[in-house]
Amino acid sequence: MLSKKEVQHIAKLARLSLKTKDEAKFQKELSSILDYIEQLKKVDISNIEPTSHPFSIKNVVRPDEAESKRYNLLESAPKTKDGYIKVKQILK
Amino acid sequence: MDLTKLTIVQAGQGLRKKEFSAVELCQAYLDNIEAKNKDVFAFLTIIKDLAMQEAKKADDLISSGAKLPALAGIPMAVKDNILVKGVKCTAGSKILEDYMAPYDATVVSKLKKQGVIILGKTNLDEFAMGSSTENSAFGPTRNPHNLSRVPGGSSGGSAAAVAGDMSVFALGSDTGGSIRQPASFCGLVGLKPTYGAVSRYGLMAFASSLDQIGPITKTAEDAKIVFEAISGKDKLDSTSVSMESSPEKMIKPSQIKAGIPREYFIKGIDPEVEKAVKSAIEKYEKAGVKIIEVSLPNTQYALPAYYIINPAEASSNLARYDGIKYGLSKEGKALLDVYLETRGQGFGAEVRRRIMLGTFTLSSGYYEAYYKRAQKVRTKIIQDFKNVFNKVDVLFTPTCPILPFKIGEKIEDPLSMYLVDVYTVSVNLAGLPALSLPIGQVNNLPVGMQIIGQPFEDIKILELAKAYGA
Repeated sequence: MLSKKEVQHIAKLARLSLKTKDEAKFQKELSSILDYIEQLKKVDISNIEPTSHPFSIKNVVRPDEAESKRYNLLESAPKTKDGYIKVKQILK
Repeated sequence: MDLTKLTIVQAGQGLRKKEFSAVELCQAYLDNIEAKNKDVFAFLTIIKDLAMQEAKKADDLISSGAKLPALAGIPMAVKDNILVKGVKCTAGSKILEDYMAPYDATVVSKLKKQGVIILGKTNLDEFAMGSSTENSAFGPTRNPHNLSRVPGGSSGGSAAAVAGDMSVFALGSDTGGSIRQPASFCGLVGLKPTYGAVSRYGLMAFASSLDQIGPITKTAEDAKIVFEAISGKDKLDSTSVSMESSPEKMIKPSQIKAGIPREYFIKGIDPEVEKAVKSAIEKYEKAGVKIIEVSLPNTQYALPAYYIINPAEASSNLARYDGIKYGLSKEGKALLDVYLETRGQGFGAEVRRRIMLGTFTLSSGYYEAYYKRAQKVRTKIIQDFKNVFNKVDVLFTPTCPILPFKIGEKIEDPLSMYLVDVYTVSVNLAGLPALSLPIGQVNNLPVGMQIIGQPFEDIKILELAKAYGA
């Protein structure tokens, strides 16, 4: 069982604000999912390589050529200034 | 003639023979959406004016006498996690409620080149996370066969749009069953192509090593037409591959050996579903398919491995929704507060659950025990499939262990919802092509059978589904 403190820690790592009332809910739900996942411990995985991609494809490269069509992605940004995305101050 | 009952093939013939115009066809579907969408809620966005403009263009093309592509003038719907330029794309999430797609997904540009008519964007579980479409931030979709039941998910809006005669066909995305299971619940054909067969460019990334776009249609023939239109290597998706184009071969059932994995017929399956699937298998056997019982010994570990790998990939993919570059942005004192509040308030419960689960299993001290172990179990699952495909050409299994369930029945218990995916997730872990084939009804609710193929044999399983008469 995860503790409430662990749930808060995970939420912070994931950059999710978590209301106190949701702590117990996620504690219970995440713990029951993790209990279910525990059964993987029964599998013999000695000498087995991990898979991160279903097929073994090698590095795929192509020439880095600029195309004429450009999208104005700044239009989607919540805050912009002088053609840049504006963010809160990060250094004091 | 009821234009909204037509398949792609029938609608295409009608347009060519000028039995009706593309404008009339499009109008019939828009009228049906107008009448039914309030109850079914298949569509989040309807693009009436643009659809009618495109239909007029299709009519011009038809009257010019030019050779028509297979999908010219055919009305269709797109799951709302696939970008259509200039149209809102929400992923069923508050965090993207007002997000405008700045470009077309590769599948969408390919279909537009054929002259399809896009009617609108369909509802989904938020960021495609779920098996019932109840996780949409904008409300659940209902099953057109029975409005108190779920249409399945996460491509529930796409399946309901087709089953409710509000679209000829639709695109969905499948990460662990999200095309096949709603197709099964709505009595349709749904294809999850081989990983890499279809470009993912313009599909909102969920679990990148598992996601594939595919068609939901009324017939296997239609699914094949759409698959051929959207597949192929795309330089904008480096994981896409070109399928070796095998010459069109008619597949005779008598040439096929089908494996029945015994691990897919154990406790947990609804006996009525099992009966329906077994009688469909008998029908194939009578048509000449050789049926062989096989074993995939690691089947029971597929779902727990999937629910480590999927949330792990999701947690890193969804880091991009930060309130800075696009989408919802909440005010905060410092940058960290902007992140915390935007994400904490913008994401729904299931999305937060998976992000937290993935963050945990990837975090320092737990990575080896959870994520790395799941990746190794994934290798064993792939090996199981390789072994049986030495003996058989395809596998027959149920698509889902249960019938379409009631709205609200499982939503409060996340683990019970995850168990619905038990027969579909292995296919994504192994990158295989698989489809759900409608095989009949139990208590007036549709049942589907899954046909799993070997990598890049998408056409073979589609031909085999055609042979069933679907």
